[in-house]
This record gives sequence, structure tokens and C-alpha cells, in this order.
Amino acid sequence: MAEFSTNPATLGASRMDDGPRGPRPRRVLSSTNIMLYGTLIIVALYYLLPLYVMIVTSLKDMTEIRMGNVFSPPVEVTFQPWVKAWAEACTGVNCDGLSRGFWNSVRILIPSVLLSITIALISGYTLSKWKFKGSEIFFAILIVGAFIPYQVMLYPIVILLRDSGIGISNAINTVWLPVCETFGGECRRVRVQLFGSLSGLVIVHSIFGMPILTLLFRNYFASIPEELFKAARVDGAGFWGILFRIMLPMSLPILVVAIILQVTGIWNDFLFGVVYTRAEAYPMTVQLNNIVNSVQGIKEYNVNMAATLLTGLVPLTIYFVSGKLFVRGIAAGAVKG
Amino acid sequence: MTTLDAIEAPGEQRARRPIRPFHNIWPKIALTPMIATALVVFLGGTIWTVVYSFTSSGLLPRTDWVGFAQYQRLWSTPKWNIAIRNLAFFGVFSLSFTLVIGFTLAALLDRKIRGEAVFRTIFLYPFALSFIVTGLVWQWILNPEFGVQGIVRSMGWTSFNFDPLHNPDIVMLGILIAGLWQGTGLIMVIMLAGLRGIDEDIWKAARVDGIPTWKTYVVVIIPMMRPVFVTAIVLISSGIIKLYDLVVAQTSGGPGISSEVPATYVMTAMFGGQNLGQGFAASTMMLLFVAAILVPWALLEFGGRKRG
Repeated sequence: MAEFSTNPATLGASRMDDGPRGPRPRRVLSSTNIMLYGTLIIVALYYLLPLYVMIVTSLKDMTEIRMGNVFSPPVEVTFQPWVKAWAEACTGVNCDGLSRGFWNSVRILIPSVLLSITIALISGYTLSKWKFKGSEIFFAILIVGAFIPYQVMLYPIVILLRDSGIGISNAINTVWLPVCETFGGECRRVRVQLFGSLSGLVIVHSIFGMPILTLLFRNYFASIPEELFKAARVDGAGFWGILFRIMLPMSLPILVVAIILQVTGIWNDFLFGVVYTRAEAYPMTVQLNNIVNSVQGIKEYNVNMAATLLTGLVPLTIYFVSGKLFVRGIAAGAVKG
Repeated sequence: MTTLDAIEAPGEQRARRPIRPFHNIWPKIALTPMIATALVVFLGGTIWTVVYSFTSSGLLPRTDWVGFAQYQRLWSTPKWNIAIRNLAFFGVFSLSFTLVIGFTLAALLDRKIRGEAVFRTIFLYPFALSFIVTGLVWQWILNPEFGVQGIVRSMGWTSFNFDPLHNPDIVMLGILIAGLWQGTGLIMVIMLAGLRGIDEDIWKAARVDGIPTWKTYVVVIIPMMRPVFVTAIVLISSGIIKLYDLVVAQTSGGPGISSEVPATYVMTAMFGGQNLGQGFAASTMMLLFVAAILVPWALLEFGGRKRG
């Protein structure tokens, strides 16, 4: 560790010279500064190393990889590994590359983000402005639930999704079949499947995103002055009127934080993807793991790293573009853990 | 006095205003998804798993009660015991290293340096990546032929051995390296926020008293940051117990079963081994580990607040 001891003698002297105000002028090349920046730069290089390794490996061909090491820069840059990772890499019998997982992830991501944020926004609004007896208790259970390991709830959710899928199907069919038969069409039973389908995974993401997002919105709406809310009520606005006309237009910053949080969280999810979907609907992370850790064939490290980088590209882009908002999002997430 | 007033005031109001359960029905409808999630999934699901951990459920859950048999079997299974040992190793080192590295980086960044934003961005970017991506990159960096071991050997030290992902004795070290790279940035951000919350006058006072900077940190600043450290510890610990994706990506539990962790044990038992009872018992144990961390914390935080 660097030592930042301050010499009392110079401290006293400079205080006299500087006058009472303003910081003490600092020497740029003091030994303290060299230690400080030296440490920071070395650590920063260490943190950047894996990103560098991913990039250079994905730009080399296999003969070059076999001759060099993970850190050696490419002599001849090739984008072939990227093309192969995106369009040709194999998982099992499918050889259409990571593009399949990418589009699956997009199909999972968009409805999950929309549904989870909608539910959480309305819940947070109700919890802060329309409290009723017991509402806080349910919220407390929700927050405690955020700490429960996912493994504890995985199987009950499997049952819930399967059974409510059957239940919804039956309910639809008891109405639909008689109606259909009276009009004399070819009537097939409607089958709603929640477990093992995209809609099931969307529900799961909404469930597990709920504690942190609800907390986020609840705290945000609680900071909006009560007078505003009361004035609107006096003017005759109701539950939805206040939400859409007053609260929603004011909640853009927190919406952005919530979107960042959910997009990165859902994109990076592996566990729910592997449990609640089937092979052809696997999200990108699951497919990536299957491609790279497949035991068949020769290991193509350059294709693997291109695929890894492709998967990481979405959250990385969000991170580098959003900057401070990402930090705000995870600082809010930190409360949840 | 004040608390009595606070209790009495709503009571008076309630006496005047009749209870109308259908008054303002929208808030109740709007909160239904959340209430259902809290009660059915979080509370109900947890109780369900705990209850079924006392059955002999195999391929399907069934109510054939066997008492603590699943737990006895669990603790006599070598794989579970390895998983616990791995979790303990990973837990101790991950917790201490993350705290030390996170705090040190935050303290360095807090020295009013140039380019703070750049450094912060670099230290935090791994946290945006998934554990799968993290695991796969480090699997490649730790590759025995082309990675760290190969490079040191090619520099002349031909007997150098560092192949954590294929050596059962040090496999958890390989996972720890990747885990630290991914997670320290978050703790740094939290620590930095804590450091920024400390009054500038404290630094001035310490400087006037001639206390060296490092000593100010140890004696004054760290004790003042106790709540931040507690949050960080709770955060890191609950992350440690969840450890799953990283292991799957780096080693899939191997070589053999040497890098199994509780979460991987649960997943194999539930979805790979047709051994639901074991999965339920193991996940109930995970729940107990979390409770062992959370209950003391909650008592400390909220019990203490009431007294104060």
C-alpha cells in the first residue's frame, strides 16, 4: 500500500504562505503521487487485461494462436472468427451460430423489461402514495424474499408455471370450445404453455426483478412532494390520473436507471434461462456456455473469444454509454444484494 | 410521549371514519401482482421447498415423509461436503480480498486524483459482464498451454506450474481470481460513496494533529464507515452463496467434483439427477446459510435503531 504521510513542517509553512483560503498547492511529481498513480495504473492494466485478451484472441487465426500466447497481439488481423461465432458455431445439431441466442435474448429481454418495470412502477407508486393497511407488510416480505437464494424457489415456480398454464388453458377452453362449436368450425383445444416457454421466462424475470425495482420506484415517488399529490386529489384526479399525468412525466430519470438495471441483469442471466426454457429458446449466455464448453470437436479459441465478446457487448455498451446512471442503478441494487 | 401520541392519533381517526373495504379499490388491485409475488412465490415457494425437503421426492415431488433422512444423506455425501468446503474457502478469501481491494481502490481514488472517472470506469466495467463471460475469459487466460503457465514457462522457468482449472487442489483459486476481478469494482463504488460522505473537517483535524494518512484511515475513517462495511459484507456474502454461473462457465464443477459448490449441487440434484429431495434439502441448507448472515445483520441494524 502507498503511504500518504504529510510532513507537519511543510504543512505549517504552506498554511502561512497560502493565506487562510484555498487548498495547498500540490507538487505534481512527489513520491506520493508516483506511488499513487503507479498503483492505480498497474491495477487498471490488470482489470483491462481480460478485455484486451478477448479482443486480440478473437482477431487471430488458430495457427497464430497455437504459435503465440494469450497476450500476443495479432500479426494478421482476421474477422473470420467473428463471422463464424455469429453465424456458424455449433451447439448440438444446430450450426447457426450465436445469432440464434442473440435473437432469443432480445425476444426475452424486451417483454421482460417492459412487464417488470410496469409492475414495479405501479407497485412503487401505490406503496408510496396510496398506502393501505398491510401494504407495507407485503413489501417487507418482498424485500426479505430478495435475499432468498434462487435455488429455493426454482422448483415451486416450475410447478406454478406448469399448473397455471394448464389452468389458463382449461379456462379458455371451457369458454372457447362451446362458442367455436356453435359456429361449427374445426375446433382445437387451446394450449397455453408457461413452463418451458418464453412467456414463462418473462414472468420469472418480472418476479425476481420486482423487489429491487419496486424499492427503486417507491423511494423515488416518496421523494416527490406530498403537496403536489394532494393538490391533484383536490382537483379531482384519481389513482390512474395522478400516475399518468403527474408521476409518470416526472419519473424519466428513475425509468432510465430501472431500464439499465433490468437490461444488464436480464441479458446476463444464465440460471433462469437454463431452467425455464428449452434448448431452441436458450438465451445468449446459455448458448455461449454450450458453444465454448462443448466437449466435441477441436477447441477454436478465437471463435470462442469472439462469441464471448459478442455476448458481453450489449451490457458493455450500456455501461460505457450510460456512465453515472449505471452506477446509480447498481448503488440502488446494492441495497438489495 | 411522542410515540404515544403517534399511536393514538390514527386510532382516533379510525374511530371517526368507518372502515370501507371497497373504498379506493384501485390501489389494492394495482398491488395485487406484488402481493401475489410476495405471498405465493417468495413466502409460499420457500415454505414449499422446506416442507418437501422432508420427503423422499425423486423424479416428482411427493408427500412421503422421511424426516431428516435427506439431510443425513446430504451431509454424508462427499460431493456436498466438498461443495461446503469450497464455499467456505471461496467465502473467506472472496470476502476479505474484496473488502481490502475494494476499500484500497476507493481510498486511492479518493485522494483527489486526476482522471478519477477513467479509473473508476475501468475498475467497474467487469461488473457489467455476466459471470459466464467472466468465467470463459479467465478459463482462456488460465489455459495451461497458452495462458499464464505457458507464458512463464516460455520465459525460461520451465518447471513453473500454475494450472488451477485442471488441478483439484487449487481449482477454487482459479474461480476466486475471476470472481474478484468481476466483483471488486462494485465494492469500490460503495466504499467510494462512503468515503465521500465523510466530513472534510475530520481530515483537516487529523492533519492538524499530525496523524499520518494511513493511520487516519485505520483509526478514524474505517470505524466511521461501519455501516458501509456492513452493507458491503452483506452484499458480498449473499453473492458468495449464490455462486453458480462462474463455476459452470469455468469448470462445470470439475475436475471431477473438486469445484462443486452448493448451488451446483442443488441444480444437479433437481434437474439432472432426478433427486428432488436432495435438491430441496440442499437448497434449504443454502437458505439457512443466508439466514445465518441476515438475521444477525437485521438484529444489529434494526434492533439497534429502535434502542437509539
